[in-house]
Amino acid sequence: MSTVQFVLDGQAIEAQDGQTILKAAEAAGVYIPHLCAFKDLIPHGSCRVCSVRVNGRIQAACVQTVTAGAVVESETPEILEFRRNIIDMLFAEGNHFCMFCEKSGNCELQALAYRFGITSPRYDYLNPDRDIDMSHPDVYLDRNRCILCGRCVRVSQEVDHKTIFQFVGRGHEKRLQVNGTCLADTELSATDEAVAACPVGALMPKRVGYAIPVGQRAFDAAPIGADVDARKGGAA
Amino acid sequence: MTRKPRIATVSLAGCFGCHMSLLDIDERILALAELVEFDRSPINDFKEFDGRCDIGLIEGGCCNEENVHVLEDFRKHCDLIVSLGDCAINGGIPAMRNHVPLRECLEEAYLRSPGVYNPGGVIPNAPELPLLLHRVYPCHEVVKVDVVIPGCPPSADAIFTSLLALVKREPVALAYANLKYD
Repeated sequence: MSTVQFVLDGQAIEAQDGQTILKAAEAAGVYIPHLCAFKDLIPHGSCRVCSVRVNGRIQAACVQTVTAGAVVESETPEILEFRRNIIDMLFAEGNHFCMFCEKSGNCELQALAYRFGITSPRYDYLNPDRDIDMSHPDVYLDRNRCILCGRCVRVSQEVDHKTIFQFVGRGHEKRLQVNGTCLADTELSATDEAVAACPVGALMPKRVGYAIPVGQRAFDAAPIGADVDARKGGAA
Repeated sequence: MTRKPRIATVSLAGCFGCHMSLLDIDERILALAELVEFDRSPINDFKEFDGRCDIGLIEGGCCNEENVHVLEDFRKHCDLIVSLGDCAINGGIPAMRNHVPLRECLEEAYLRSPGVYNPGGVIPNAPELPLLLHRVYPCHEVVKVDVVIPGCPPSADAIFTSLLALVKREPVALAYANLKYD
């Protein structure tokens, strides 16, 4: 496979032709914060947390492929501010109450806010009225916490081959819907990859909440992306 | 000798957990007592302001009219208003009622809830009871808030280091281990 070179924050990086900026950066040990991008799923480009400036234009690093000689800015004050604002908006848009959420400590949205040192959102809380689907015996869907990243939609389709989730509505009316009258009416099982893929506490297995003690959860000790950061430290 | 910075604290629609966490600084409270003086606070049980304060620590959001009056009084008397903990910042647990109409909340609490003995079917409404707001407001939606210390509660370390910085009029910077929303 042919390789191309591009410049990320002044550092020359070798990437495979056709690779996304996000993947190429990660392979080179540079963490670009992201939420909707997940493993090898087809990128969604919806959360925009991975925004970078490519040759002067803001693009989502998870969908933008590397081109030879591209100049990419990631850790500039402007881009960091841009990403912080997006994370702020995600918090203000839903009903995110970490203090009683079972995902707290393992939540990627929360972890990103920690990484960005956010003490509170700058925007007014919208306090939307959203519903909770408790119908399924083993899994619940709390739309208060859903950030519309589309991970469950894609994982259910591409990995579980069940196509249980889809978006309905547009703009701020957009919400996650299930293929049936309610969650219990679908083929969803608690062991589905789609459940594990949820970055926040929207799609959660029942009866396992708060199982991991505070201090041992995924992002208690080290920030999200610390594993990638560490690789960079080792390489440099 | 310059006077010591004065701190006032209050718990509005909170659970006093943030105040417990403040006490959880253990023997460092002696160092704090050297550095500051406490104005009105549940710690010394003073109910009214004694003068101008440097720092006002607010635990909890606003769920009733009394909370709003107290918070406005704090804003009037304090140079810096600090939202201490998640309830002050986003309403927290009390804000769970924001999606339920107020009448339904009261009926659930006083009429329908299991174990309720209320043969008259009366929802308390005495004049001395502060009127409930139709929803719970975070502090910054009521007055200008200068500093936020998140956490439920913020850890003793988070509170102590933040207070030290505030007393020295330095910006508050929480270490990763101290920046938590739970």
